[in-house]
Amino acid sequence: MTVRRVQGSEVEYGIAVTGQPHANPMVASTHVVNAYAAANGLTRRARWDFEEESPLRDARGFDLGRDVADPSQLTDEDLGLANIILTNGARLYVDHAHPEYSSPEVLTPLDVVLWEKAGEEVMRTGAELATDLPATTAGSTAPIVLYKNNIDNKGASYGSHENYLMDRQVPFEQIVEHLIPFFVSRQVFTGAGRVGQRQDGSVHAFQISQRADYFEVEVGLETTLKRPLINTRDEPHADPKKYRRLHVIIGDANCSETAILLKHGTTSLVLAMIEAGFLGPSRRRLARPVEALHSISYDPTLKQTVEYEDGTAVTALEIQREYLDAAREFVAREGSDADTDQVLDLWASILNRLADDPMQCVEELDWVAKLALLERYRERDDLDWDHAKLHLVDLQYHDIRLHKGLYHQLVRTGRMKRLVTEAQVQEAVTEPPHDTRAYFRGKCLERFSADIAAASWDSVIFDLPGHESLQRIPTMEPLRGTEEHVGRLFETSTTATELFRTITGR
Amino acid sequence: MSEQQHKSTRKSTGAEEQVETTEVDTQAKAKLDDDVDSILDEIDDVLEENAEEFVRSFVQKGGQ
Repeated sequence: MTVRRVQGSEVEYGIAVTGQPHANPMVASTHVVNAYAAANGLTRRARWDFEEESPLRDARGFDLGRDVADPSQLTDEDLGLANIILTNGARLYVDHAHPEYSSPEVLTPLDVVLWEKAGEEVMRTGAELATDLPATTAGSTAPIVLYKNNIDNKGASYGSHENYLMDRQVPFEQIVEHLIPFFVSRQVFTGAGRVGQRQDGSVHAFQISQRADYFEVEVGLETTLKRPLINTRDEPHADPKKYRRLHVIIGDANCSETAILLKHGTTSLVLAMIEAGFLGPSRRRLARPVEALHSISYDPTLKQTVEYEDGTAVTALEIQREYLDAAREFVAREGSDADTDQVLDLWASILNRLADDPMQCVEELDWVAKLALLERYRERDDLDWDHAKLHLVDLQYHDIRLHKGLYHQLVRTGRMKRLVTEAQVQEAVTEPPHDTRAYFRGKCLERFSADIAAASWDSVIFDLPGHESLQRIPTMEPLRGTEEHVGRLFETSTTATELFRTITGR
Repeated sequence: MSEQQHKSTRKSTGAEEQVETTEVDTQAKAKLDDDVDSILDEIDDVLEENAEEFVRSFVQKGGQ
């Protein structure tokens, strides 16, 4: 029983060009990515290799026809948008109209925090560099500002996703059954807070989650419309006979490190219990999960109850408590480790304090910290929930610039707890995790970027002198290519050709 | 903060301690008010100008 498993996160950032509300977001996003690549010696800018991508493959066992798919679902078409791999093993690219950072594969929730925070640093640097670019079509340079949030409060939403590698043998129905009540209720700690309810923000009130209103069905393949609580994309980026990659799209983009840790840690634990069959073949189902998701989000007092199919009324905290109790029982039986203990202790502590008074978590959770600021403004300036200043506080909480972002203001003044140090984050900007295949990918880019034509989660493609065709090294096993496994190869190889020969024997 | 201090002294019954409790609470509340004021003052300094215009012009295309 452990929180350790191959996992990672993806964050699409909101983007604005100061003073130019009509600036093309794809162009601005491309500037951010390209500026970062150019400044970091990723000169050849190895392209993303789409060979193994299949975004229309459904975990329920069928392919969605390309002709019936919405164009926004076709993520594997190379639109000529910027798309690079970093030396830390991450992917930095333009997805739809947003810059996106996909973290390298890591093994622990704390490492998700570290490499996701490294992604914020990458974005911050990219935006600063892009702002310094010579004037383009817009005619003048203007600061590009990025927001780690999920909404514009006018109807548009963009994602922050989690990925978890799972045992392929687990029936998908079991995953759906046990995850729905968990996902509906975990927003009590993953919520990033929002001023406005309904997709277009037409109801003037606070809610816990940024994303809740944009989920409309229980299970489905879509990620850009009719978003489902459980996404069925079946694209393992690994041996499909052994593994499933659970692609989780129901989460807010968190600035809070505690929220990121708990989001990944608790979800990984629940998946471990599902894999072990510990939660049993059936559990009580929520009567109306999508409605429950919304109504829980609308009540920051956390008193709102939702119904199980048998008519029992429960709060989100009570549902979470059921999963926590099961996890503790499971750990007592199966044993634990330090990473797991950290998650379990924090999970219990947060649930207890939220039950007592949510404001006790003001230095740890995004939605509570944001609500506290908003309430103070409301009190001091006598503002109603439709006031623009409150919307501004909501938005600017997520501004990733250190001198402007309100989250960063709270961190700097000691009002928000951190779990990792700035030095660790800086190291993770360039260094890959040591214990997954991201190590091989990252080190290949660091050492031999001029000889790499393309790469993806499951391959690195070399363009070697003396070879007419490109040479592909598959990396289908996420737990190989670690420092322990290939570290010596990088010590002994002085060229990409040497590395390639040692690996392939050719 | 003030509430915790209040709770921890609530059980005492002596008159002296009651007086002390009141003092502590007043001080704690003053400190809390200062803290609240200073947070808002700090944030006022960095908040974008013209909130209404700024918020209105933040329009995004949908993503995943």
